[in-house]
Amino acid sequence: MSNTSKRMRALTATGAIVTVALVLAGCGARAGDDAAAAGSSAAASCVDTSGDTVKLGFLNSLTGGMAISEKTVSNVLHMAADEINADGGILGKKIEYVQEDGATDWPTFAEKTEKLLTQDCVAAIFGGWTSSSRKAVKPVVEKLNGLFFYPVQYEGLESSPNIYYTGATTNQQIIPAMDFLAAKGVKTLFLAGSDYVFPRTANAIIKLYAAKLGIKIVGEEYVPLDKDDWTSQVAKIAAAKPDFIFNTINGSSNVGFIKAYYDAGLTPAKTPIISVSIAEEEAPAMGHEVTGNFASWNYFQSLETDTNPEFIKSWKAYPNSSGVTSDPMEAAYISMYLYKALVEAAGSFDVDAVNAAAKAKPITFDAPEGKVTLDGENHHISKPGHIGRINADNQFDIVWASDKFIEPDPYLEGYDWFPADIRKQLTDAAG
Amino acid sequence: MDALIAPLLNGSAQGALLLLAALGLSLTFGQMGVINMAHGEFLMIGAFAAYLVQQVITASNLSIPVALPVAFVVAGLFGLVLEVTIIRRMYRRPLDTLLVTVGVGLILQQAALQIFPSQGVPVEKPRWLDGQLTVLGYNWPLRQLFTILLATACVAALSAWLKYTSFGRRIRATVHNRDLAETSGISTRTIDRLTFFVGSGLAGVAGVAASLIGGTNSQMGAQYIIPAFLVVAAGGIGQLKGTIVAAWAVGVALAFFAYWTTGSLAQVLAFILVIVFLQVRPQGLFTVRTRSLA
Repeated sequence: MSNTSKRMRALTATGAIVTVALVLAGCGARAGDDAAAAGSSAAASCVDTSGDTVKLGFLNSLTGGMAISEKTVSNVLHMAADEINADGGILGKKIEYVQEDGATDWPTFAEKTEKLLTQDCVAAIFGGWTSSSRKAVKPVVEKLNGLFFYPVQYEGLESSPNIYYTGATTNQQIIPAMDFLAAKGVKTLFLAGSDYVFPRTANAIIKLYAAKLGIKIVGEEYVPLDKDDWTSQVAKIAAAKPDFIFNTINGSSNVGFIKAYYDAGLTPAKTPIISVSIAEEEAPAMGHEVTGNFASWNYFQSLETDTNPEFIKSWKAYPNSSGVTSDPMEAAYISMYLYKALVEAAGSFDVDAVNAAAKAKPITFDAPEGKVTLDGENHHISKPGHIGRINADNQFDIVWASDKFIEPDPYLEGYDWFPADIRKQLTDAAG
Repeated sequence: MDALIAPLLNGSAQGALLLLAALGLSLTFGQMGVINMAHGEFLMIGAFAAYLVQQVITASNLSIPVALPVAFVVAGLFGLVLEVTIIRRMYRRPLDTLLVTVGVGLILQQAALQIFPSQGVPVEKPRWLDGQLTVLGYNWPLRQLFTILLATACVAALSAWLKYTSFGRRIRATVHNRDLAETSGISTRTIDRLTFFVGSGLAGVAGVAASLIGGTNSQMGAQYIIPAFLVVAAGGIGQLKGTIVAAWAVGVALAFFAYWTTGSLAQVLAFILVIVFLQVRPQGLFTVRTRSLA
């Protein structure tokens, strides 16, 4: 008998330890913590292209929470490499890829970057999704003078000589979305986001631009990235009755948000949502409850360009394909071809030669979203702005397009409503 | 009025989901002392079972009621297999069980990622859960009421089973004194297996409820496991009523904090509250009364 309560206490203690340990493990991984520590002295590049192949590294989370998004990026990178190989390779050399798993763990991203550059001796690395993963990779590629191609829309306020960004920066996705809302005559806006750097920075920019456009922000809510239940926050949105909801939620939490929105009786007719992280890949998991709402992207599967039908066809036929194309995977596809164009312009795989070629003359690629042009200074690409409306097939009907391709402006230097002190503050906060 | 009613009702529903997730744990962790970190993945299995049922029975009005018992049995069978193959070798070694079940959880997650579309699958809500109930001016989503009714039904069924059936009596006897129960002819091995089956099955039922609230994907289990353990610990280990009170209290606290502050801060505040409570009262809300001195 006396054992019972002792055992109970031991169990309580164990339970508590387990809990604390897991909570720590969950939030303990800080971007780039040991990135610098892991680096060796800036060694001379060990890239060997004397044979008939060139080694490239793919760094995507194939396990852990982000695998739900990054698996597709990995697959499309393989497809692009296969296409290039079938077409004769880069500078006549076949791509030999080394796939690494970032495992949704930011220090792992830093370690694998170093491994790819110093042990596998790859000429360039492609991948990453979260800003945390990019910020973990950044110090390592800068120190070892490697190249990293990042394919996802992000919060901007960054440029690095060792990173090429093929997703949208804020003036190519957030600002077009606001222009669309202003054109629709929206007067009040509610901001709903996941609690991390992208939504926080995006919302800071949205608030500044909204003030300029005369749109009133009637509320702002954040929920941790790993929590799906949005009921309490949606109750606040319903009470605030905004004209539109600006949604910067990411991942599976979006499904919970849409369900709570639908459950509360909110409809696209009265309280529509514009999202920046719901694409063709994500929408099916939300079923019919998301139909009628909007999303701002550069690429949609429904875009009618010369190159898009071929891209869709190849992807649908590719093994392990998800069956639909979407903006981030298209940006990953661009990144591989952009690298090919850069190397061919440089006539060399050398990092400095590639960077010099980027500056020398405009590098372009006929992407599925249209002909994109690389900005050799900030390493971002020009993109068309598009707003799509989700239809019953979970595809997007294009309802708005920017009148021309939008030049990348990661620091929003061309926008007078974005003050220098806030730029500095946000850039510092983003680390 | 909205300022009180909305958080109270939403919090009760949030508590009900937490309770569903914790109910199975209160059996396997509370009664048997097994720290099963794969419990969240059993919940995930329940949600995917609901999706698969919807592939067969396409009318969502019917498929969700059918999915509940199916999810219970499927998740229960996974639990049974885990118990028979691994956990039975590890009774009285809680830390080893913890590590092994974390591994099992990861394997199940990766398996789900390989089998199903990586972004997750849609589980359609029955049509009869569309709409809201107006309570004192607040339009309360019907789905929330469903979560509460489902949790109540599960608690009632579990309590009745523990109290009135011979299996239930044998489980309680085994928990109170395993050696004595064995001496009086109870097969504690059978009891352990059955308890684990029911505990895991309840996670499956929670999974169906969760699939109507958030995403159904390989990662969904992770967000429930820690709160569920906390709720069981705060309620008092081995105490069903403690789990119920604690789940409801955490749910309502979460909703009120979310109403007053933000969603992120609410998570922190609610769980600080639980941790402080456990500091003051490590045995939890309710304790098993024994005549022992220790």
